[in-house]
Amino acid sequence: MRSLLPGAERPVVQFENVGMRYGLGPEVLSDVSFRIAPRSFQFLTGPSGAGKTTLLRLILLSARPTRGLVSIFGEEVSGISAKALTGLRRRMGVVFQDFRLLDHLTTYENVALPLRVQGRTEASYRAEVVELLRWVGLGERMHALPPLLSGGEKQRAAIARALIARPDLLLADEPTGNVDPGLGRRLLRLFLELNKLGTSVVIATHDFGIMDAVDARRMVLGEGRLRIEE
Amino acid sequence: MSTQAIPRARPEPAAGAPSPPVPAQLRRNAALVPTDTAAGRSLAAVIAILTFLAGLCAGAAEMVAANAAQWQGDVAQEVTIQIRPSPGRDVDADLARAAGIAKAEPGIAETRVFSKAEAERLLEPWLGSGLDLSDLPVPRLIALKLDRGRGSDLKRLRARLLEALPGVASLDDHALWLQRLSTAAGAFVGIGIGLVILVLVATGLAVTFATRGAMASNREVVEVLHFVGADDDYIAKAFQRRFFGLGLRGGAIGAGCAILAFVILGLLARAARSGPAGQEVEALFGAFQIGLRGYASVVLIGVIASLVTGVVSRITVRRFLA
Ligand SMILES: Nc1ncnc2c1ncn2[C@@H]1O[C@H](COP(=O)(O)OP(=O)(O)O)[C@@H](O)[C@H]1O
Ligand SMILES: [Mg+2]
Repeated sequence: MRSLLPGAERPVVQFENVGMRYGLGPEVLSDVSFRIAPRSFQFLTGPSGAGKTTLLRLILLSARPTRGLVSIFGEEVSGISAKALTGLRRRMGVVFQDFRLLDHLTTYENVALPLRVQGRTEASYRAEVVELLRWVGLGERMHALPPLLSGGEKQRAAIARALIARPDLLLADEPTGNVDPGLGRRLLRLFLELNKLGTSVVIATHDFGIMDAVDARRMVLGEGRLRIEE
Repeated sequence: MSTQAIPRARPEPAAGAPSPPVPAQLRRNAALVPTDTAAGRSLAAVIAILTFLAGLCAGAAEMVAANAAQWQGDVAQEVTIQIRPSPGRDVDADLARAAGIAKAEPGIAETRVFSKAEAERLLEPWLGSGLDLSDLPVPRLIALKLDRGRGSDLKRLRARLLEALPGVASLDDHALWLQRLSTAAGAFVGIGIGLVILVLVATGLAVTFATRGAMASNREVVEVLHFVGADDDYIAKAFQRRFFGLGLRGGAIGAGCAILAFVILGLLARAARSGPAGQEVEALFGAFQIGLRGYASVVLIGVIASLVTGVVSRITVRRFLA
């Protein structure tokens, strides 16, 4: 449901005075408000333990805010139905900090997963998946199981899995944390490319090397508060 | 706007190689939920054992039912007239008279009068041999074989005998014995069915626990499936498929072993029957065969066990995800 007027387009993500705590612990995030515009590119940064992963989990709806409003693709998510939740998740791609590849599936099967769970037949997506795998440099490793992949290869497999379903929103948690600077820059170019094609991208990182390489909005977390640097 | 456009937008792929053809068999058809785990194998073993036991119960019940039906058929073909000797009466004349009445009845195929010696020999198992029974009033018997084709009116025969030889002749159609046999066979079959149901319930419970364990140890997999856009139904189906597979494996092994056991016992029984004690063996166990219906019910139990496994795991997963 997109508006006809480009300027009035609904934000992909909108937080209003969101607070979040784990159990009875202290508030990890307090009064966080921001919007992520369609087709935008931003970094989410802050020191380790600042709450970057927590904020991404709130967007992913794998954690619920203790207070405040979270809207994803224009939909307020408190009390969302399981069916609608699945629909929202199919429009998002995620690269987890720890990859979360399924160890009993091959690289190819892992990358194809978002298409497979939509009930598509293997024949309908095979070429697409192979093409993407070759493009991220995993053409020779499609049959390998994740435990046999190097850190960089796992990273690329996780990114390919996040991209394969052509999401409207891509979330990446420390995507360059485990790779050498050269590969890190190549992965960054990949995200920029994807962004040019229309996907909103949020990259959580504390790697100043890659942040300084791109002139993009920075969302800085510190002591539970969010500060935006345009 | 698509990721398919990405490779075209960037002509120098990281792999460097000019697109070789797409490999034909990429997917190993791997289940979404890991299958061949130690827990999975033990569940398959439990299902196999339970199916085997249920198969034995069902086969035994089926065998009893079949043999009882055959005994009943045989026994119901025969009725006996008993002539009680009493002082002052000529037993042999009474016997002849009763035999005459029986022969005159339609539907009686054969009449055989047991001689005094034969009647005494029938008592041997109880009284021992070498006993002089000549002074004892041993009842005398006439065995009648009924004609299978024609209906026979035993009521009329009984009435006629009572009329001609009151207090002397009586007709035994084994009704009481048949009824007891039928009750016993029915009870046995009932117990068999009850045991089969119990075993299937136990299978269901085992599967519930195993599914819960699998969900807990596959929490990571479930989470990832959710994140990549799988709905609960899809995940439940994945688990159901996995458990149905385990159930099918266990059920097939269990049912196969049960059938094998019956085949082997059948062969042993046949060997024993052709041996010296064969008559007794047959009398004791009947024909040791569970027949096509018996084998079919064992197979059916295997199938039901796997279906129970699939359905129960699905329900458990849906509950778990909710
Ligand atoms: N599952 C959890 N339960 C309790 N506390 C958590 C959990 N996850 C994260 N935290 C806490 O929340 C804070 C923010 O963590 P996180 O969002 O992972 O930060 P970052 O990703 O920026 O390093 C940390 O203090 C961390 O200890
Ligand atoms: Mg983190």
